[in-house]
Amino acid sequence: MPKYTSVSIPLTLQKRLEKLIAKKTGFKSVSDYVTYVLREVVAMHEMKEVPEPFTSTDLAEIKERLRALGYL
Amino acid sequence: MTNPPHGGKLVQIRQASRESSALAGFKENQKLKIGKEAATVVSNIANGVFSPLDGFMGENDYLNVLEHMRLENDVPWTIPILLLGPHDHHFGSGDEILLVDDADHPVALMEYGGNFEISRQEYASKVFGTDDKAHPGVAKIFAGNECAIAGKLKAAVKPDHGDYADFTLTPKETRILFAEKGWNNTVAFQTRNAPHINHEYLQKSALALVDGLFVNPVLGKKKAGDFKDEVILATYQAIMANYYPRNSVVMSVLHYEMQYAGPKEAIMHAIMRKNFGCTHIIIGRDHAGVGSYYGPYAAQEIFKEFPDLGMSPMFFKEFYYCKRCAGIASEKTCPHGEEDKLAFSGTKLRKMFAEGEVPPKEFMRPEVSQTISKFKHPFVE
Repeated sequence: MPKYTSVSIPLTLQKRLEKLIAKKTGFKSVSDYVTYVLREVVAMHEMKEVPEPFTSTDLAEIKERLRALGYL
Repeated sequence: MTNPPHGGKLVQIRQASRESSALAGFKENQKLKIGKEAATVVSNIANGVFSPLDGFMGENDYLNVLEHMRLENDVPWTIPILLLGPHDHHFGSGDEILLVDDADHPVALMEYGGNFEISRQEYASKVFGTDDKAHPGVAKIFAGNECAIAGKLKAAVKPDHGDYADFTLTPKETRILFAEKGWNNTVAFQTRNAPHINHEYLQKSALALVDGLFVNPVLGKKKAGDFKDEVILATYQAIMANYYPRNSVVMSVLHYEMQYAGPKEAIMHAIMRKNFGCTHIIIGRDHAGVGSYYGPYAAQEIFKEFPDLGMSPMFFKEFYYCKRCAGIASEKTCPHGEEDKLAFSGTKLRKMFAEGEVPPKEFMRPEVSQTISKFKHPFVE
């Protein structure tokens, strides 16, 4: 099960977030909001770092199969 | 550039032939018999459809998925992938065990990672949102074992897909296919049905916004009243040959047992198609639902909870033929009532085909109706 830690943010930002959350539905707390936003940002960065999952040999063999099946 | 695989890694388990020495010489107490559906899961893990999973879930992942809809490492995941089996085995942690089918043929080599008990009641309530045994997913869980056997796959035998082999592509293959076609954005369409006109409009509306459409019908165990696998494939072949642009549409089948878990399954459908390289997925009305267990658009709502899913859902209201509009419309575009909507329930459709009738062309392309009519028993009984 996930464990939690504390992250410091400026109190002024926390107050702005509390106001925002009070207006918008869906978030229960500042922590929920921050978790949501950070997950979005982290995923965006992680996606940029993923290499293609196949080798040049795979590529040639697979293209041959795709051609034989009429996909290419 | 195709969409990166889920969790950042396309899992590829080493393939082995049935006769491979790595799969030979196992004693009976080192073997575990698994059913056809579990063998399909093995295949999906092995070729990366379920990336980043490289085996059957352990307890930490399981509990995290139930409680938080995420794997232990925070990656979104909504339905546990478990190997439910008997208690009466004596495997030790780290043992290599051979998963075999009913005929004692090897399916995969797995490193045993322990076992744990599940509560079927808890599983049903948290995954399906109900413990009503009339729900097909709930019924399946209550009919199965409570012992979950965890383990990492070390090697897997390539499954024999028989008549569907030429229509079955792995994630690695679709990734290369989409790249070769120059598609940067590909929308997936999940289906377990023969295509109606409304499906066609849904798909083409989505295709208008991206480079390619990946039609990915699900083949495998389904509930009574659903179209049989061979009918789904044949009808899609018929509609694609006549009404779809060849350069921007691809179809291959997915071997997978429907869970009918509504919103939670919609997320799993998105994850699987992400692993195939898709960037978008069409989510329409009552996606992956059954009966009235889920709200008509619950499968759209759930996507709000996953900012890091890495898939863009394309939400659509239901399309239908409106007699007064004299064309295809949707709840969003049409002001008319139910009485003007051309709709057939599954029951009525089954009755029509059984009596040799076909639905009107405003509901189903004639080529699709004719294809269905060629089958003596087109529906799962």
